[in-house]
Formats: sequence, C-alpha cells, structure tokens
Amino acid sequence: MSWVLVMPIAVPFVTAVVAYLARNYPAGRWISLAGSALSLVASAVLMVAVLNEGVVAAQMSNWNAPFGITLVADYLSAVMVVITAITGLATAIYALGEIPEETESLGFYALFQVLIAGVTGAFLTGDLFNLYVWFEVMLIASFSLLVIGGGKERLDAGIKYVALNLVSTLVFLSGIGLLYGVTGTLNMADLREAVANAENQGLITVIAMMFMVGFGVKAAVFPLFFWLPASYHTPYFTISAVFAGLLTKVGVYALMRMFTLVFVGDVGFTHEILIWVSLLTMFTGVIGAAAQSDFRKILSFHIISQIGYMTLGLALFTPLALMGGVFYLVHHIIVKANLFFVAGLAKQYAGSTDLNRIGGLYKSAPLLAALFIIPAFSLAGFPPLSGFWAKYLIVKAALELDAWFIAFVSLLVGLLTIFSMTKIWGMAFWKPHPDGIDPTPDRAPARVTLAMMIPIIALASMTIVIGFYPEPFVQFAQTAAEQLLDPSDYVTTVLGVQP
Amino acid sequence: MEALTAIVIGVLTAGSVYLMLARNFMRFLFGLILLSNAVNLTIFASGRMTKGAPALVPYGEDAPLGIVGNALPQALVLTAIVIGFGLLAFTLALAFEGYRRMNTVDTDEMRFAEPKEDVTK
Amino acid sequence: MNSIIFTAAARLLVALLFVFSLFMLLRGHHLPGGGFIGGLIGAVAFIVYSLAAGPAEARLALRISPEVIAMVGLGIALLAGLFSFFMGDPFFTGQWYWVGGDSYETSVFSINTVLVFDIGVYLVVLGGILSLTYAFEEET
Repeated sequence: MSWVLVMPIAVPFVTAVVAYLARNYPAGRWISLAGSALSLVASAVLMVAVLNEGVVAAQMSNWNAPFGITLVADYLSAVMVVITAITGLATAIYALGEIPEETESLGFYALFQVLIAGVTGAFLTGDLFNLYVWFEVMLIASFSLLVIGGGKERLDAGIKYVALNLVSTLVFLSGIGLLYGVTGTLNMADLREAVANAENQGLITVIAMMFMVGFGVKAAVFPLFFWLPASYHTPYFTISAVFAGLLTKVGVYALMRMFTLVFVGDVGFTHEILIWVSLLTMFTGVIGAAAQSDFRKILSFHIISQIGYMTLGLALFTPLALMGGVFYLVHHIIVKANLFFVAGLAKQYAGSTDLNRIGGLYKSAPLLAALFIIPAFSLAGFPPLSGFWAKYLIVKAALELDAWFIAFVSLLVGLLTIFSMTKIWGMAFWKPHPDGIDPTPDRAPARVTLAMMIPIIALASMTIVIGFYPEPFVQFAQTAAEQLLDPSDYVTTVLGVQP
Repeated sequence: MEALTAIVIGVLTAGSVYLMLARNFMRFLFGLILLSNAVNLTIFASGRMTKGAPALVPYGEDAPLGIVGNALPQALVLTAIVIGFGLLAFTLALAFEGYRRMNTVDTDEMRFAEPKEDVTK
Repeated sequence: MNSIIFTAAARLLVALLFVFSLFMLLRGHHLPGGGFIGGLIGAVAFIVYSLAAGPAEARLALRISPEVIAMVGLGIALLAGLFSFFMGDPFFTGQWYWVGGDSYETSVFSINTVLVFDIGVYLVVLGGILSLTYAFEEET
C-alpha cells in the first residue's frame, strides 16, 4: 500500500537524476517528458486508491506514527497530486518548445523534476517538519529555475524572491519549534489532539498566527505578496507557468491543511483575520493588475487576486465554502498555467509581452486568440466555464452566511478581472500592431509552435470539460470538504495504520 | 538555562531584525543568518534543556539507559542547519552574481525587473 | 595560496583527510559517523587541495564534475530506499544481510541498504559542497 504514496514523489526524483546525467544530449528532454508521464500514471493510481478507501496512509521505514514520517493522502491531497502531475506533464511538453539548449545543459530538466517532487511531497506528507523539508526542496529548485539563463532582470527578481521566501521559511520553522515545545509532537494527525488538549490556548493562537504568516508569504496573500509581482514576469514562460500554477497553491494547501486539521480551537479569531486578509488580497490583486500593461505582470497580479478566493473559501469555514475553495484550487491551477502558456506563445508570435508594443494577434493567429478566450473568461468567472462554478460556490457560501459584503466584494473583483482580461484582449489581440505590421505565426519553427500549442489546447479542453460537466468535480470537492471539516477518518488512518 | 537561552534568542532576533531592515542586501543576508540561528536555538530549547547523556542505545538494549537528552530536536536542528546552510550558500552566490551584473547591493537601486514607471506618460 | 609549507603539508593532509572521511562513512549507523559527516570531511580534503593547487587542478584531481557526483549520490540514496520495494517493506526500510551469522553480535560483517544510503549521502554532500566551493573559488 505504501508504494502508492511513494511513487508520485520517487518518480520525479529518479527522473531528475537520469535527466541530469543526460543533460548534454537530446535524450535528456525526452527522459524528462517520459518521467512526467510516469508521474501522471503514479498519481492516477494514488487517486484510484484514495477514491476506493477514502484516506490512504503509509509509515516510512516501518516507524509507526507519530514517531516516524507518515505519508498520507485524503481527497484534497490526492487531487492536488494529480493536478500537479498534469501541470508537470503540460509544462514538460511546453519546455520542449521554449527552453534553449544552453539552459538544458545547465540541468533545467533535473531542477524542474525536483521542483515537481518537492511540490508533490508537500501535498502528501503528514508530518510538519517533513513539510518544511519539502518546502525547502521546492524552494531551492525554484530559486535556481528563477535565475537560470541569467540576465539583470532575473537576478534582480531572484534576489527579492529568495530573500522574502527565506524569511517566511524561518517564520514557519520557528512556528514548528514552538509547536513542538508546547505539544511534543509534529505528526499532523497527532497534533490535532495535542493542540486541542494544550493548556495554554493563547500560545497556540500565537503559533497559529506564525503559521499563517509563514504560509501566507508562500501563498502570496495581502500584505505579504510583494515578492510575486516582482519576480514572476522575468523567467522563461515555462517556469512562470509552473510557478504560477503550483507554488503559491502549496501555500494555500498548507493553510487549508493546518487551519482545518490543527488550528481549529479559536476559529472566531484566526478565521476572522483570514476573511479580511482574503478580501484585501482579492481586491489589491485585481487593482494592481489594472495598473499594469505587461501581459505577464497582469497575470501575476491576478494570481494574487485569485488566491484571495481560495483562502476565503477556507476562512468562511462552512462545508460549502471549503468545497468552493477546493474546487477553486483545482480550477485555478489549470487556468493560470494555461494563461502563462498563452502569454509565451503570444511573445513567440509578436516578439514582446509589453501590451503597448504588440497587437494584431487576432488577425494573424485566430486559434491562439480563441485559446486565450477560454482560460481568460474562465478566470473571470463566465458561465459555463470552470471559473463560474468556482466563484458561484464561494459566493453562494457567503450568501448562506448572510455575509453580503463578502459576496459583494467577490462579485466586484470578478467584474474587475473581466476588465483586465479585456485589456489584454483588446491590446494584444484586437488592436492593430503599433508598428503597422502583422505578427507572423510562422516566425517560430513548426516544432516549437506545436510543442507550445499542445499543452495550451489540452488545458483549455480541461477547462471546458470541467465547465460543462461540473457534477463529478463538485461532488469530489464536496467529499474533500467534508473530510477537511471532519478529519476523524484522517486521524484514525494515520495513527492506527499498521505498516 | 532556559532563561539564558531565551535571552540569547531574543538578542539574536533583535539584531537580525535590525540588520534585515537595511537596504544593503549583504546586511539583510547577515540578518537572515542570525535569524536562522535564533530559530535553530528555539527548536533546540523547545525540546527542553536536560543534563543527560547522548541518546545512544547500548548493545543489547531496546532503549537508552538513564537520563538522556531529547534526541528529536537535535535531529530537527541538524536538518534545519544543513538546509539553512545550503540555502544561504546559494543566496550568497546569488548576491555575488547579482553584484557583478548589477553593480550594486543596494536593494533600492535594483530596479531592473520592475523599472520605475514614467509618470508623465 | 603561495606557501611552500602549506603546499607540502597539503599533500599529506589531503590523503589523511580522505581516508578519515571513508573511515567515518563506514563506521556510521552503529557508532557516531555516517555519510553526512564523512562527505563533509571528504569535501574538506578536496578544498584543502584546491587551496594548495588551485581549483582547476582540484577539478582534475576529482576527475568527475562535482555536480554529477552529487546527482549520482542522490540516485544511489533513492535506490537504497526503493530496494525495500522488492522485499515487500515500506519505503526506506533497512534491509540487512548478515555474513557469517544472523545478527550484529554473531556476524563478521553485514551488507545492508543503510550503508548504501549512507554512501549516497556521502556523494551528495561531497559533490554539493565541492560544486559550491569550486564555483566560488573560480569566481574570485
């Protein structure tokens, strides 16, 4: 049983090693691609196991919980692992088109696979310190990926990204230290009991806030998001896409896990703060995006704004809201990665991402224009695309609580999102090129265009499928939310499992 | 002993915050190193300070004999130190490369990724 | 570094440190020591050599690039963990084979995945630290 949980982490690691050794040969990129496909298979197997059994747990090296490291997957973890593998595969295909050979021979694919392994590990671990280790694995890979290829802009962005993420890591780590001091355990399932029984509940709330800050920086919530728009527009589009899709979501996942499983003693205080944080995140993100005129900078600010919806789902803390949060998480990864993919192809065609310097893409590349519309409208929440259902669930949850203001802000931010998306549409696709020329799609070799087009089409069709058949996904999200709100199954599986 | 450790952690944190508020990236980095030491001490102290032998199990026994120190925080601190060492080495290399390319360690002058907007436009 | 004393002493030191690092690696698990500390000492050996003879010479002495050593080490460590898969145990469960007996006390020596994992860690630490220090030395 334990292998179901190990494989989604082990496969990318092994791929990283092999891909690094083959980095100077064309085989390296195909190894990476094959590895990503294999991880998708491994995560699908995990998904099947979770669907059959509810919660799956395994003790590493035969050390029983709460002493050893536990890997555990419930519905939320499983879906995050699957979506990570899907994004990983899409990115591996996209990289074939964009990443130049010099970067490949620096070990790009190895770093990329280590990043995927780190993200997957963070989703699967049931031990708080192990979560820290996976965060670091993910961070060190992301640091290198961010500056790979060099250049002043990337170094500048890298320094700011690295500095702020290191601070958040230290806050998180000292939270772990204090929590261990209070409870004497770091197994997340065991912590639920231990935290509830702790004598000094005030101290627990302080520690909870430290975790909120630590994960908040990773998730880029207000007012801790400044590293994100400073860095996400500089690296290769491949890397932007995988960062935008996955990295901040690890922070959101960690928030969801900790604030449903462990820190539920003082919901009136912690989750109230989270509500305001979420609303401000949504609003500042979308306002920030309105002020930008670069394709990727607009998208970066929209990541922040959308993160607000997910944390709002957590903060409202009702079954419906959490269900919306989980649904939003999955929908957002697909859509956001796809938008960055589109931005990359738009740059390939038009030569820039500065919206003032490009245009006319609708005339010369109608297919790309159509493919931009799908994720863009989904992001803004147009029916019947996936984003509509995600927003619908969140707004409905807010209305059920009679929280009119929250519902109003959610809808307003949705409206402002449309404004930014139409801005990109109007300036990049609709208006004629400022230099009076037609951007030529055939500037890039066919192989490159094909490699970049396949993942865009695949992710766009996923958005449409989720939009038109939301039923199974919504039901899945519902079960995930129920498991989050009542983690007794999670706790007994982790603590009671015999290796 | 606990009180002394707590004071040391406090002093380290205060010093690191002072350093990290500087515009100079190198100072920030030194502050980060201090902070990571403070955090490591926190973890170490959270395992309680005991005067005991190292937690080694003698041959033929299942558990260590007598009073031993809590081994888990030590293992955690060791891991955290190693990881912190790797990250800081990387950050140092990044700062050095950044200085060579951008010719500055002043974070206010690092405006290459986000250039100042021309407000008159 | 242009010091005859250091250069002459370095040759001795390097060999000594390197043998000591292997000793630390092999005595690990049951006694203090192991792959991590062994790798550190091994890295120190090569750092001393690169201080004495320059990083270019030290790279030649290593023969394989440190990054490759680190990645191979990672692979070996993973294989040690994956090996328990074939024995039907959870990930990273130690597999022990006693030669000349059936336990630690009675056997002459043992073949085990724990040592393989330690060798992997040794290589990761050696390669990782050397790739960093060589890069720094070549920059300046």
